[in-house]
Amino acid sequence: MTDRFDIYIAGVGGQGIGLLSEALIRAADAAGLTARGCDTHGLAQRGGSVASHVRIGSRCHSALVSEGSADLVVALEIHEAVSAGRAYLKEGGTLVWCDASWQPLAVRLGTERPAEVSDVEEVAALRRGRAVRVPADAVPDPRMQNTAVLAAICREGLVPGLGLEHARTALTDLMSGPALEANLRLLA
Amino acid sequence: MKDLGETLLRKEPFSEIVIGNTAIVRALVESGLRSVTAYPGSPTPEIADAIAAIPADRRPFRFEFSVNEKVALEVAFGSALAGRPSAVFFKSVGLNVAADSFVQLPLLDIPGGLVVILGDDPGANSSQNEQDNRHYARMSYMPLLEPASAQEAYDMFKTAARLAARHRTAVILRLTTHVCHAKEKVDFEALPPAFPRPAWAFDPERENYIPLAATVFPLKRRALERLAAIGRDPEALGTNFVEGSGSRRGVITAGTAWLSLRDALEETKPGSERPDVLKLGLVHPLPRDAVLAFLRAREEVKVLEELDPVLETEIKALAYDEGLSTRILGKRGVEDLMGECVPAKVRDILSGTWPDLFDAPRPAPLPASAAPRPPQMCPGCGHRSAFYAIKRALSPGDVTVADIGCHTLGYLPPYRMGGVLLSMGHSTSTASGLSIFREGRRVVCFLGDSTFFHAGMPGIVNAVYNGHEVLLVVMENGTTAMTGHQDHPGTGRSFNGPAPKLSVRAALEGLGVKNIREVDAYRQAELTALVREALAEPGFKVIIARHPCMLKLTREARRRAGAAWKVRQVRVDPDTCVKNHECIERFACPSFQAREGGAVEVSRDLCIGDGSCRQTCPAGALVQDKEEGR
Repeated sequence: MTDRFDIYIAGVGGQGIGLLSEALIRAADAAGLTARGCDTHGLAQRGGSVASHVRIGSRCHSALVSEGSADLVVALEIHEAVSAGRAYLKEGGTLVWCDASWQPLAVRLGTERPAEVSDVEEVAALRRGRAVRVPADAVPDPRMQNTAVLAAICREGLVPGLGLEHARTALTDLMSGPALEANLRLLA
Repeated sequence: MKDLGETLLRKEPFSEIVIGNTAIVRALVESGLRSVTAYPGSPTPEIADAIAAIPADRRPFRFEFSVNEKVALEVAFGSALAGRPSAVFFKSVGLNVAADSFVQLPLLDIPGGLVVILGDDPGANSSQNEQDNRHYARMSYMPLLEPASAQEAYDMFKTAARLAARHRTAVILRLTTHVCHAKEKVDFEALPPAFPRPAWAFDPERENYIPLAATVFPLKRRALERLAAIGRDPEALGTNFVEGSGSRRGVITAGTAWLSLRDALEETKPGSERPDVLKLGLVHPLPRDAVLAFLRAREEVKVLEELDPVLETEIKALAYDEGLSTRILGKRGVEDLMGECVPAKVRDILSGTWPDLFDAPRPAPLPASAAPRPPQMCPGCGHRSAFYAIKRALSPGDVTVADIGCHTLGYLPPYRMGGVLLSMGHSTSTASGLSIFREGRRVVCFLGDSTFFHAGMPGIVNAVYNGHEVLLVVMENGTTAMTGHQDHPGTGRSFNGPAPKLSVRAALEGLGVKNIREVDAYRQAELTALVREALAEPGFKVIIARHPCMLKLTREARRRAGAAWKVRQVRVDPDTCVKNHECIERFACPSFQAREGGAVEVSRDLCIGDGSCRQTCPAGALVQDKEEGR
């Protein structure tokens, strides 16, 4: 049990980090923890960087996580993993990331180099934390990468007090039908 | 919570994890609102999403998306005039559009009561500025409540609705982006038993509704007296509270700055002198007695507020008039006037005010190393084809003017289309002014279809009437895409179902535009030719570059098809590719990925199979194979 656990979630508009943050908040609630958070809405969702904040514990007041303070940084894309990790990961924190790559404009235009696995590992090393990689290839549908990451978080026990059963409760609260079944299979 | 609509109508008290915008909708239901209007704009459109979740036949109030914020405000005002509790919501800068009517509201007797919900955007997360609409409250003598969280948004809407009805006036509920979108477990009360049907109340025989010359003054006097009465109303004052117990230091704050302050105070050094807090819900009129009592009992008081020194100015004046010796600490420079009061910023402000509060330095980020990722037009977006084609028809030195919508993103590289932006619908008029001094430059401006109906038409009328030498390209995608695909008068649907479908072309003709061309934006060569043609002709001319929003179209098609969803994704044929990079560097669909040795690959995650890129490859290396499941 913790009285403050901060999670910063990063991705690209369209990757479904809203569902991931909603599931984490509801999973925390199912585990009897106080949780709050906030998602990016509006224009930024059009293929830009998006972020969700999730804060668990009774000593959290604002919905926003502060830079350099996240116990857990979650990223659904490699460039976002580097950016979000550098900005938000705290000393000794964990960076869980899906290795999908959607190149930002400057990389596609050839003016900046693409991010590499070693860049993500460097972030974790600089913060004396660890990086947990979730392979995108192992997920049958790119729209379920968010759930694959949720499964990794719960399976590895990256959020104190949160297990797979809480994640299943959360998804069951949010989805139904074949989509729910497909997502629950990842949380088995 | 699978069924949001059912949840929002529950009879018994309950708790649910929701965002502020959703919490507001339960408050609308509990407050017996009868008429609600809006124009979509971040951070408020999710209020309408939650309203839409309630089945139309069980929705206790009528809702509409009006064509702009001024119209929305006037429709809600009319309903409140008829005696029905009413509300309107829109974004920060929407109030500028609505202002002409808005500032009149406090002068008039509004029997049903009207709540104006403003979505301010400190931090300019989704807006062209971060204007502080508390100034409008002062300017118009309108009371303003400011919640800090989803729970407070729900509680304070109900307070605002009761104050508006009791004082027969308009009350502002000022939300900010991270109140609208903050998610937490909110405690909701029971649904009241059925509301009595309000009687028709508009009676211009008994009550003056025409502020004209001398009749303005009795109305203004009443507005000022009513504002003072609300400043004494126990329910309004009940939104303020004090935390702490007798420190010689204090902080007066409101809104999300209060939550950030609480976070910062969690970090203070043991044994340091923590300040007490006066947290205001009623921000205008300033709760004078509560502020004075708080000041009198303390030696030093910091005024902590986001954006402009609105509270600070009033509090300092009040303390001066009362001859208080309390030291009042306000803003210290330009940085204090900018951006959101996020926890880190508030901690910095606090440690600048009282350096002894903290011992450890605040955690800092590592310097950025990966490329930033600005928003961009989606794969398949018709605007991309349009900008790519229009750019080919222009010469260096030609001038392009942007407007508001997804097509504003054309400003970013590699397109660089649309060089100046003021506000909704400004483009034709700004372009007109530029064209007066064009000296051989050609002037092209852009306008979306939703914005055409919102505020685009007066500039067009002016260009026709005053004979401006401008080419307007209407970027028609058949929806209000940027704010979440709301309908508009050109879509054939309103929030409440099928509606007359207004034609942009017919409207242009009706406004006297003689020179009109139309083309599907995917027909790039044709669009380039039409732009060349039009620019060679004198006077004001319009090209309608039409293509449906592909994000909306693809989502809907995918939803319909379910597991049977198939697309013909584009692929780069490596044997034909000459690596000239027209696709990735100039057409620049985000699906194209740069690979080793200058090769280009199409992302399987991103390509929607629209094929609009294929015509850009001079070598014909972009191919579409058979349909595949995804």
